[in-house]
Amino acid sequence: MSGDLLTSLYVFMLAAFIGFEVIRRVSPLLHTPLMSLTNALDAIAVVGAIILVGDHKSRLATILGTVAIVAATSNVVGGFLITDRMLKMFKSSRPQKP
Amino acid sequence: MPSTNTIIEIIYLVAAALFILSLKWMSSPTTARHGVWAGELGMLLAVGGTLLHHGIVDYRWIAIGLVLGSIIGVPLGMVQMTAVPQRTALSHAFGALCVTLVGTSEFYLRAPNVPRFMMAVLSMEVILGSLTFTGSLMAAGKLEEFLPQRPITYKSQNLVNLSVLAVAIGVAAYLVIHPERTALFPVILGVPLLFGVLMIVPIGGADMPTVISLLNSYAGLSAAAMGFVLDSKLLIIAGALDGASGFILSVNMSKAMNRSFSNVLFGAFGQEQAAVAGGKETRAVRSATPEEAAAILAAANKVVIVPGYGMAVAQAQHKVRELYDALTKRGVDVKFGIHPVAGRMPGHMNVLLAEADIPYDKLLDMDEINGEFPQTDVALVIGANDVTNPAARTDPSSPIFGMPILDVDKARTVMVIKRGMSAGFAGIDNPLFYLDKTLMLFGDAKGFAGDIVRELGGGHG
Repeated sequence: MSGDLLTSLYVFMLAAFIGFEVIRRVSPLLHTPLMSLTNALDAIAVVGAIILVGDHKSRLATILGTVAIVAATSNVVGGFLITDRMLKMFKSSRPQKP
Repeated sequence: MPSTNTIIEIIYLVAAALFILSLKWMSSPTTARHGVWAGELGMLLAVGGTLLHHGIVDYRWIAIGLVLGSIIGVPLGMVQMTAVPQRTALSHAFGALCVTLVGTSEFYLRAPNVPRFMMAVLSMEVILGSLTFTGSLMAAGKLEEFLPQRPITYKSQNLVNLSVLAVAIGVAAYLVIHPERTALFPVILGVPLLFGVLMIVPIGGADMPTVISLLNSYAGLSAAAMGFVLDSKLLIIAGALDGASGFILSVNMSKAMNRSFSNVLFGAFGQEQAAVAGGKETRAVRSATPEEAAAILAAANKVVIVPGYGMAVAQAQHKVRELYDALTKRGVDVKFGIHPVAGRMPGHMNVLLAEADIPYDKLLDMDEINGEFPQTDVALVIGANDVTNPAARTDPSSPIFGMPILDVDKARTVMVIKRGMSAGFAGIDNPLFYLDKTLMLFGDAKGFAGDIVRELGGGHG
């Protein structure tokens, strides 16, 4: 196993622990927007698809990659949009701090 | 002068930090919108940075993909709040589709000389991606009611499903040892597609919160696997965060339904269709009219409203808000008690009630509200059933025994708005309805709530 892979495994392990700790603190109130937000962040996979299509290595890769960009971009745009729409609706009955 | 690649890597590093901050800010409704902005900024940086990449020789298809994706994304971001569960399932499908397609391309670009570890993560990426793709499409179809919502079960279903999955994993293992057998690759693509469908067939509506969370977790893990294939730390981090989030939510949901965790992991959440205790006795219930209900509510000091999926189906959340306003105006303390699995996805009820402008500090989860029921004058159940069933606490023979419930039966008076006396999703009779303190309010949730509001407004001015 090369050093790079090992580093990647470390990154994965640490990110998973951070994920557990951070997400445990999210109030159940916001579980639906949490899911749409993580879904939008997950669509960072678009980065991989962009490089794949840009490299233009084979026709198959270009076609599949373009569809992948469409799918991921729609998640980015739609995911952030709906998360923000949901969060805007959450209002407190206590007076807001200025 | 640092090279372009170094700059791109630094941009990715910043984006990863922004993603973590984004989730951190989701911890409270007061900071949550900053979380969205941090996420958006991170995403913008990452995509912008990627476009600087040296390897990119042709921008045409990238541009077409980005524009087309945005055009599809906007309507998906503007759906009605009641359609959020199916939208979420659909977006899991899109995410998984992206991962699967990239994985497939990467395999054919590298074949036949794929290193073993690479082949292992590639298989994981493609298997998780394709089963999440069809599984999420099936879930979205069931939620949108294109497909029948009731669970479809048959003999040895779990055995069939696990065998199908075993075939995919077996072939993947063989490919890891013999990556030159490229003809086998379509198997680890196609068989999980089939498994995704089979996995959702036995799922009923009430299991959806668990299933959506699980698919969320799978989508995240497949993206993390893709990060290993492409050696992208940013993707590994985003995938791990999403995977952890889905995992936590599915554990929460399975706890709230009193299902074991292995039960959840292996997708065996199809209802154990416990034969409903035959020979249903017809016991007497007390029912009340809107006038009577309004009079009792107006005389109360403290009211807890317990909403369920029935409220969403009847689109009654705005009428419920009017009821909340009418009672609050009379000085009644009104709160909402929300069970973790109420609705079709985690947090579903909160979003609908927030949309109806009910302040979020009045929305309490099960652990917060349960201690308050003994001091509650009226518990008003709207469109919820199994999550209020006291048999879960008291009757070891009940199929839902042990499931944590909202203790509405501890309130002084219980009112249940319900269409008729039919059993809940799990097909279990609810002893709550026959208690002396329970009043059944028969009717449509929206209509009945409206009638109560009219009585409250008209009666005393």
